[in-house]
Amino acid sequence: MINIQEVIETNKMIEKENLDVRTITLGISLLDCIDADLQECKKKIYNKITTVAEKLVETGNLIEKEYKIPVVNKRISVTPIALVGGACCKKPEDFVEIAETLDAAAKTVGVNFLGGYSALVSKGMTTADKNLILSIPKALAKTERVCSSVNVGSTKTGINMDAVKLLGEIVLQAAEETKEADSLGCAKLVIFCNAPDDNPFMAGAFHGVTEADAIINVGVSGPGVVKTALEQVRGENFEVLCETIKKTAFKITRVGQLVAKEASQMLGIPFGIVDLSLAPTPAIGDSVADILKEIGLEHPGAPGTTAALALLNDQVKKGGVMASSYVGGLSGAFIPVSEDQGMIDAVKAGALTLEKLEAMTCVCSVGLDMIAIPGDTPATTISGIIADEMAIGMINQKTTAVRLIPVIGKGVGEIVEFGGLLGYAPIMPVNNFACDAFVNRGGRIPAPIHSFKN
Amino acid sequence: MKKAVITVVGKDSVGIIAKVCTYLAENNINILDISQTIVQEYFNMMMIVDFSKTEKEFLVAANELESIGENIGVIIKAQREDIFDMMHRI
Repeated sequence: MINIQEVIETNKMIEKENLDVRTITLGISLLDCIDADLQECKKKIYNKITTVAEKLVETGNLIEKEYKIPVVNKRISVTPIALVGGACCKKPEDFVEIAETLDAAAKTVGVNFLGGYSALVSKGMTTADKNLILSIPKALAKTERVCSSVNVGSTKTGINMDAVKLLGEIVLQAAEETKEADSLGCAKLVIFCNAPDDNPFMAGAFHGVTEADAIINVGVSGPGVVKTALEQVRGENFEVLCETIKKTAFKITRVGQLVAKEASQMLGIPFGIVDLSLAPTPAIGDSVADILKEIGLEHPGAPGTTAALALLNDQVKKGGVMASSYVGGLSGAFIPVSEDQGMIDAVKAGALTLEKLEAMTCVCSVGLDMIAIPGDTPATTISGIIADEMAIGMINQKTTAVRLIPVIGKGVGEIVEFGGLLGYAPIMPVNNFACDAFVNRGGRIPAPIHSFKN
Repeated sequence: MKKAVITVVGKDSVGIIAKVCTYLAENNINILDISQTIVQEYFNMMMIVDFSKTEKEFLVAANELESIGENIGVIIKAQREDIFDMMHRI
């Protein structure tokens, strides 16, 4: 039987170390909502979401009360809308109408984000894909809870550079459309390489076409728990360090597995995966950067950071994989800048640059995340940064992503405030040398060879 | 068996366990295990109880226990046991 020390340990994790279930994300297929008539399509989408997800928030709250573990977010992901709206949306404005329908459905069921305003264009763009991408700036400005993502590359297909070029411009337009709110629109837009179909985390969640009609995916998180565990092994060697991370990750993930199974049973919807990611929030003590510091770095960005992050990411996976029957999504350590107080401090101290962040994304999930850059950054430079990050994902057979926020009207060193879970960030400098001629070539980068690994 | 863990944390005083046990007895909730310890000068008690014979809804009982705690100045929490089992047992 469980003993008192174990009970105290678990409750300490929840009460003092910010252990929580970060999100229960309900994936809903909207493929059966496709219709040639826009109004009819919107009606079907609204009805399906509000029916399938009717009890989602209530269930999350019930689990929270029964186990006394916070279930922070209840969210929905849907089939990429470029596929759903392809038959009825003839122009970008039509897609914006669907975005508004999604927003309304999200508000009705009470979820704080709905992901899947997406297009999968890793090899080429259909007319619908292009219209959806063109509609993103308006859609993000006109809605509150809709999140958008575009998959522009994969290890199997290479990188669609036409889409990369277009998205550089779209990111800037999205910033311009929401400039009164510090370009907040861009915080809801993720550009992916090798995007997973079952990711529960926003803003990049969508319900892939390989998935069942509805599915429950859970993201659990507890950087504070790992940090506290590591405080007990200061000065010990790497074996002890790695074992400690692994054991802690196991415990954290077990909670995710329990909650996922419970939610699945209560809602009568199959359990999909648990995402093992360590996801920080701006709250003090809920930071991945603090773990890196505890491992032995003065600030993230110092020499050794990439190695420390690599071992952290790997041990989290090793511990987590055994704790859950199905693991998926992004599963690793997130390193968003604005959502992690330790990362913000590192940028302010001058320890962390965009280039070092890029190196860090080679060994962790997911990518250049929630990074504020000057609003006058050229679109081609943004495309160049996206292309670099996509190349890392393509060659290393991993998911990478870019969520940059060019803050209109603000420059390097100024602070932008996004609020809530999105946090705040100092604007980081971007390499000013041009890459226009590279980005403007057009076409696509071929898929990489999978042999001769060096 | 529907098991739950009840924890009581706070400053030690006379009659804490008595109050909790009286409530459990009145509601036909059986105590399977009970232990206590002092952590950083705070009184920590844990009970594993069986909820399967009571007519009370689990969440109702959890709320009532919480208010008993408020009255005597301690924090009483009732949680489904599975969360501890999952975390500490393979």
